[in-house]
Amino acid sequence: MYNFSFQPVFENLDLLLYGAWLTIRMSLIAMVLGLIVSLLGAVAKTSGIRPLRWVMDVYVEVIRNTPFLVQIFFIFFGLPAIGISMSPNTAAIVALVVNVGAYGTEIIRAGIESIPGGQIEAGRALGLSPVQIFRYVVMKPALRNIYPSLTSQFIYLMLTSSVVSVISANDLASAGADLNARTFASFEIYLMLTIMYFLLALGFSTLFAAIRRSFFTYPASR
Amino acid sequence: MIREFTSAEVLFIVLAVRWTLILSAIAFLGGALGGLLIALTRTSQSKALRRIAAGFIQVFQGTPLLMQLFLVYFGLAVVGLPINPLLAAAVALTFHASAYLGEIWRGAIEAVPSGQAEAATALSLSYTDRMRHVVLPQALRLAIAPTVGFLVQLIKGTSLASIIGFTELTRAGQIINNATFKPFLVFGTVAALYFILCWPLSLLARHMETRMRRAITR
Repeated sequence: MYNFSFQPVFENLDLLLYGAWLTIRMSLIAMVLGLIVSLLGAVAKTSGIRPLRWVMDVYVEVIRNTPFLVQIFFIFFGLPAIGISMSPNTAAIVALVVNVGAYGTEIIRAGIESIPGGQIEAGRALGLSPVQIFRYVVMKPALRNIYPSLTSQFIYLMLTSSVVSVISANDLASAGADLNARTFASFEIYLMLTIMYFLLALGFSTLFAAIRRSFFTYPASR
Repeated sequence: MIREFTSAEVLFIVLAVRWTLILSAIAFLGGALGGLLIALTRTSQSKALRRIAAGFIQVFQGTPLLMQLFLVYFGLAVVGLPINPLLAAAVALTFHASAYLGEIWRGAIEAVPSGQAEAATALSLSYTDRMRHVVLPQALRLAIAPTVGFLVQLIKGTSLASIIGFTELTRAGQIINNATFKPFLVFGTVAALYFILCWPLSLLARHMETRMRRAITR
């Protein structure tokens, strides 16, 4: 019969909570940088410049068709061989940004392409400048359309970030692994970690719903 | 003693692809059964059943696959089974696939116009006949493209089994890297092999999706 011992988990809850904060911080940094990469990537992909589009195609396809674990191994262990060395924490953020950037590029590209050409022509007929057209006629409705896919990709990114513990970057999963090495209450620790990740996912989806309400509602629907 | 990265090492990595494929196949078959059950429960008449299925999906889509793997791996000891990486990985990935396929197929079932199910009920077909002959065949058409897309996610997901010690493609790469210390080459090869497995499926999924969209908008 298995004896559950949750004592090590509760005695070291502060360590796990600190780990959770590290995961939140790492995910937020990766989301912001990933959003920038995705926006640039989507603009590059929808631009008329052929070589730029090919480069983005290769980037998106390679990242989306290989596992994140292999990507982080390649970045952390492989890149130093060609002279690019990073600390585990930096490598983790770089890997997360590179990964989410590829998915985000594809999502935002689809959003941009979903804007009917007539809408852009209407903007032009109203005398809007190209920058205004891009910002108000293309990007804002595009982002509104793809907001749910983009934010669920971001939540998936937060969950995936647990994998960075394999290169000993500091996060919630690493905090749990350290605790496990000291106390061996494996099942109890991982049960707690799973619950904490679930709460983080709920937290992020509440945050994204709030952002959606304040930024992406039509004035008419208020 | 550092080994060279020769054709023998490449062969070792290439042969490990079979374990990635076997694990993907087990998880996909298990996930297909589980997913069908979840999709049917999620669209059933009973509110309680619908809630349970929704909870299952939310838990498995709202927690990291890596944590699910650890939990099943250490959970085997809790229920008194010997610790076995293949068993743990197969069970965890089956749950994971059941949740995702369940959600995809729920969408497909709900996308079949409700008049179809109503007509079948009016013809006094039983629930089983209605699902089997009227709703599911039509849902299947809608479900194929996203299912193939999920298969790519599942194959990539099997790489995490390496962390609990199952020797599939990624772990074979780690083993060779530890012996040869050529990480750039080794993980480049491993990535290329995953790409060869996944890219055709991605293209197929996209192709089927475009064809489907054209068929629907016509």
